[in-house]
Amino acid sequence: MSTRKIELLVGLFLLSGLAAFLILVFNVANVEVNSGKSNYSLQASFSNIGGLKVRSPVKVGGVVVGRVSAIELDPVKLVPVVTLTMDKRYNQFPETSSLAILTSGLLGEQFLGLTPGFVDEDVAMLGDGDKIDDTRSALVLEELIGQFLYSMSSKDK
Amino acid sequence: MGLINTIAAMGRNAIEMMLGFGQAGLMLWGAIFQKPRIAKGLPLLVRQIYVVGVQSMVIILVSGLFIGLVLALQGYNILVGFGTEESLGPMVALSLLRELGPVVTALLFAGRAGSALTAEIGLMKSTEQLSSLEMMAIDPLRQVIAPRFWAGVISMPLLALMFSAIGIYGGHLVGVEWKGIDSGAFWSILQASVEWREDIVNCLIKSLVFAVVITWIALYRGYQVTPNPEGLSRATTQTVVQSSLAVLALDFLLTTMMFGR
Amino acid sequence: MTQDLSPLVEIRHLGFSRGNRVIYEDISLSIPRGKVTAIMGPSGIGKTTLLKLIGGQLQPDHGQVLFDGHDVHRASRSELFELRKRMSMLFQSGALFTDINVFDNVAFALREHSGLPEAIIRAIVLMKLEAVGLRGAANLMPNELSGGMQRRAALARAMALEPEMVMYDEPFAGQDPISMGVLVKLIRELSDALNLTSVVVSHDVHEVLSIADYVYVVADKKVIAHGTPAQLQALDNPQLKQFIQGAPDGPVPFHYPAEDYQKELARGLD
Repeated sequence: MSTRKIELLVGLFLLSGLAAFLILVFNVANVEVNSGKSNYSLQASFSNIGGLKVRSPVKVGGVVVGRVSAIELDPVKLVPVVTLTMDKRYNQFPETSSLAILTSGLLGEQFLGLTPGFVDEDVAMLGDGDKIDDTRSALVLEELIGQFLYSMSSKDK
Repeated sequence: MGLINTIAAMGRNAIEMMLGFGQAGLMLWGAIFQKPRIAKGLPLLVRQIYVVGVQSMVIILVSGLFIGLVLALQGYNILVGFGTEESLGPMVALSLLRELGPVVTALLFAGRAGSALTAEIGLMKSTEQLSSLEMMAIDPLRQVIAPRFWAGVISMPLLALMFSAIGIYGGHLVGVEWKGIDSGAFWSILQASVEWREDIVNCLIKSLVFAVVITWIALYRGYQVTPNPEGLSRATTQTVVQSSLAVLALDFLLTTMMFGR
Repeated sequence: MTQDLSPLVEIRHLGFSRGNRVIYEDISLSIPRGKVTAIMGPSGIGKTTLLKLIGGQLQPDHGQVLFDGHDVHRASRSELFELRKRMSMLFQSGALFTDINVFDNVAFALREHSGLPEAIIRAIVLMKLEAVGLRGAANLMPNELSGGMQRRAALARAMALEPEMVMYDEPFAGQDPISMGVLVKLIRELSDALNLTSVVVSHDVHEVLSIADYVYVVADKKVIAHGTPAQLQALDNPQLKQFIQGAPDGPVPFHYPAEDYQKELARGLD
């Protein structure tokens, strides 16, 4: 086999390796390149974050507008603090917006649902580093069932 | 007396094993830590990537596709019982990236390329081609061992990536095209659960470690072959057996380090 | 041209053993410049080992090998490689690189060491191939050649870098009479034409005696006789006589050392 053909095949081999890598990175792991400048971050504290994870999506009406970038416990108040990295294209959320931890389907992944609040003259827009105050924690299935059973038993009396 | 003999035999084996490790280490050291020669080294490397990588590509792609298909079919049958067949994507992708991609590629690579390397080097040694290089004042470690080593180390991670990618495609074929999972759901759940660092980087680290171990064993077995037909066939078998076992043991070790916490 | 009379290679009190088996106890010999020196001896006494010791591929237990005054086994790796560029070795099997053709085989060391442009390398290679009569086979792969032609191609390769010394490992073993004749003629002619120092290791008595200027006979881990071919044939050494005449039994026993035959038979199976 000629050297030229070997070189060509090796080149193709390396390219397909690279292609596989790119497919895995961008299509499968869905890494976003636009990190840094085109983002801004928000914070929110919850009493219970349930199964929320880093990289869980933040959705407004089903549209992904950002992702969870960090989850920490506030050392003083002892509640979870979630940091969100938001897409700069969507920067017109008023301060009155609320954030809830929702579940896709009954047992599916958990995500953050952002509900835009009312706009008024004295209501500013959320900017980098701001905190969303109106939050709703995750529904924990065990607690729900517990409450249900409790209410059933109290009804019986 | 019998006990003393047993202990002595154990000691002898241990010494021989250590000697083997030492010699294999020296060989690898001699092959890797050389001044690189771009003009002469590159054509040799390209040729070896052809032999080691390109020629293993068909078996890797075909196996990857079929493993993806089977994995998806079995996974679907289990998941559909819980009503969570949308989770097929992450199941297939994570199994492939975290375990099957690196490990199965490594095992196939040991059988396909490792044994061929041992046989080739062994034959070169038996026919005194390595001695002949020595006498021409050409270091066989640089001329013969080093390009094959680097070719293995470069090729195997690429093969593992191709294996995983085509396996995921196979999973897509079964899940979406055949079983009718919604394509959007399949991909979005898959994308939400595959982590770049956790999964893809670890996949690369694993296959890199396996590549080093397999090529090293294969080259050493060939380099130390007893120059006769029996020695050659034993060396080839040893390459496949030892590198497969080494891959499985190292996989456990690496998995514990990466995902054991 | 002044002839340097000091020997090119001097072996002094060399000892070598493989595992527990002693191959050489104490061997000393010198190889003069520009001559054909033969080292003869029965098979299995490590004549190839001796060549590998001279080439620095094996380390002796004691003693020295001096190549043009340089101790081969004390030299650093790069010094050793410099020495090896001045010697070359023709292996018993030819040891041609099986994955490249005859031309590339001969050109191999030139491309590696000489740094000459490809056009000159081509001219040199064709010249060497012409000398061994294989110019027409330049594009064949080694496995397409007969055994004798392989050895000639290997000879062309050994000559490529114009070495000062060529070591021939059993050049006549397993050759048909014609190939043998060709090789004898080539070794003698190359040696005379290039003033080459040749070391021939062999057990083919007649061929060796016909081309060698000086002969060492090695047996029992040491040199048992040396001299010109004529001197050797005149020597009255029973071991040497047996070897030269090819008698099956004599001082070198026909039987591998064993216990008494009668006793072993009488012992029966236990």
